[in-house]
Amino acid sequence: MAKNLFQKVWDAHAVRELSNGQTQLLIGTHLIHEVTSPQAFGMLRDLGIKVKYPERTFATVDHIVPTDQREEPFSDPLADAMIKELAKNAEEFGVTYFDLGSGKQGVVHVVGPEQGITQPGTTIACGDSHTATHGAFGAIAFGIGTTQVRDVLATQTMSLGKLKVRRINVEGQLKPGVYAKDVALHIIGLLGAKGGIGYAYEYGGSLFDSFSMEERMTVCNMSIEGGARCGYVNPDQKTFDYLKGRPYSPSDENWDEAVEKWKSFASDSDCEYDDTVNISADDIAPTVTWGVSPDQGFSIEGLIPDPKVEENENDRLSIQEAVDYMKLEPGNPIKGTKIDVAFLGSCTNGRLSDFREVAKFLKGHKVSEGVKAIAVPGSQIVDLMAKKEGIDKIFSEAGFEWRGAGCSMCLAMNPDKLVGDQLCASSSNRNFKGRQGSPTGRTVLMSPVMVAAAAVNGHISDAREVFSL
Amino acid sequence: MALEKIEHIEGKGVYVQGNDIDTDRIIPARFMKCVTFDGLGEFLFYDVRKDDQGNDKEHPLNESRFSEASILISNANFGCGSSREHAPQALYRYGFRAIIAESFAEIFFGNCCGLGVPCAVASHEDINKITDIIDSDPSTEIKLDIVDSTVSVGDLVVSVEIPQAAKDALTHGRWDPIAELQEAEQDVDELVNHLGYLD
Repeated sequence: MAKNLFQKVWDAHAVRELSNGQTQLLIGTHLIHEVTSPQAFGMLRDLGIKVKYPERTFATVDHIVPTDQREEPFSDPLADAMIKELAKNAEEFGVTYFDLGSGKQGVVHVVGPEQGITQPGTTIACGDSHTATHGAFGAIAFGIGTTQVRDVLATQTMSLGKLKVRRINVEGQLKPGVYAKDVALHIIGLLGAKGGIGYAYEYGGSLFDSFSMEERMTVCNMSIEGGARCGYVNPDQKTFDYLKGRPYSPSDENWDEAVEKWKSFASDSDCEYDDTVNISADDIAPTVTWGVSPDQGFSIEGLIPDPKVEENENDRLSIQEAVDYMKLEPGNPIKGTKIDVAFLGSCTNGRLSDFREVAKFLKGHKVSEGVKAIAVPGSQIVDLMAKKEGIDKIFSEAGFEWRGAGCSMCLAMNPDKLVGDQLCASSSNRNFKGRQGSPTGRTVLMSPVMVAAAAVNGHISDAREVFSL
Repeated sequence: MALEKIEHIEGKGVYVQGNDIDTDRIIPARFMKCVTFDGLGEFLFYDVRKDDQGNDKEHPLNESRFSEASILISNANFGCGSSREHAPQALYRYGFRAIIAESFAEIFFGNCCGLGVPCAVASHEDINKITDIIDSDPSTEIKLDIVDSTVSVGDLVVSVEIPQAAKDALTHGRWDPIAELQEAEQDVDELVNHLGYLD
């Protein structure tokens, strides 16, 4: 019977059916970080058990690591204690740890692919909802809670109900100034923040075929913002080319066999889906959010919605809540809204191609006076490569602070935070209330190039105009 | 270790209104700088409950009439966003033992189930009926019956949805799956080898 990739990977990894009717699913690769793992290791100690497959478990530090001060002890004693705890746990349980001294540290979802740990046809879990990022390689990757982190550490499996699969076809090519981030925001806006509940998203069509691996990662990354627990793209030659020669990729002698195996996981051409959505790339504009949920977004040309004219009571309340929190005037264009902070980074848009693309246009421009602009590479390797290409200098000369690798202001568990009701043009993935570290801070999500345009103008802008795209 | 069989939850309710209440709102990230979950209950909904001086803001959890509530009621897509188990842990440690909402985000739902906190889905209309009753009399007892998939509030009885797997896990005392997962060790080893994860 013809199957899609999700079904093939699921069937291959199903150990057995559990008494609750869910599947005991083998997790091939487990990624851990400092924030959601310490309690799980504590539970292992309480139960007196070891990590079942330490060789399939990889740790790094990203969520709370400072991006300016890179030497321990860190000024925040709680952060310092958590990082020490991860080092201790990795040592005690024999887990590979990409620490700050390794030169390989970074956001867990940047590190996995970079090291070749993320491979097609595998299952991956991590105590972080953006784990779907790894789906760009044709892996089925789940974000999990800490008790499930314990389950995976202890048994290399977890209990899970099978998902339905929605195929999202995007045909055509993006117009100048439109990026993978806009595709992600467009899909979430179209299907809603809860539209993907119960589904894995399979992204395909000519746009995804033409996308680089890093563009695919950006879209898969934000599957959870649309409610989908996983998102993936079928593996192809680009996937294999990306993986070739990376530290954890198959060796040359095993390469051909690995590629054959990976290809066999791709969705069959005549397979079925539980749902299909077709989108034209032509309809996708540079997209920004105006509210406090990632599905509250529109084209940069958009006007702030007016709750008064919304007929559905539920939607009216959501719009009212959002415009009140965001302090935006209904009917006004979003373009021209003053910003205080520009943040470029995160597991969504903190890869080399993101900084390269911005650097192409940023040269010769200056960050507007009064705007704090920070650029945070997704990993130490991204940082190193950007520096080799002189990208960091282009950012610094424009007035961005070039920082060390980490999650930084995406969730603001480290010192990088908004203050008061500052408004941030952000390349991250969530515009929730208080997300960027201040209970009244405001986030407008957009592509990296749009963040740069906002930074240069001091207000939310159309990058196509600012950089003559 | 035998787990409690959770067949019903009884208690008073409180309504936290809103769609898409995310786990950052339930527990802001800065309170996750901890190596245990102890003490998280104190910071539940912190930024919507407290101002920047730490004084109470207008919020149902700050109203004394709801101080005994152990069942949380909300709207659609409750618990969306970050996978942080700190959110259900904070709810549990604050004293909540069940949640009734129009829908739940998936990771949050699974995290709650693993803690033995049932999440039941009710229609928008039924949520309105339930919350009208508890708003007029917060002392009204709510009974969530997991076996029958019903919620009783005073004279009102409404149907709710609880996925079969969660229902079985809760009512049979198997909501923490670790013991059952450990039983299959040999099969797991064979599969790990078969799929080439150790090559």
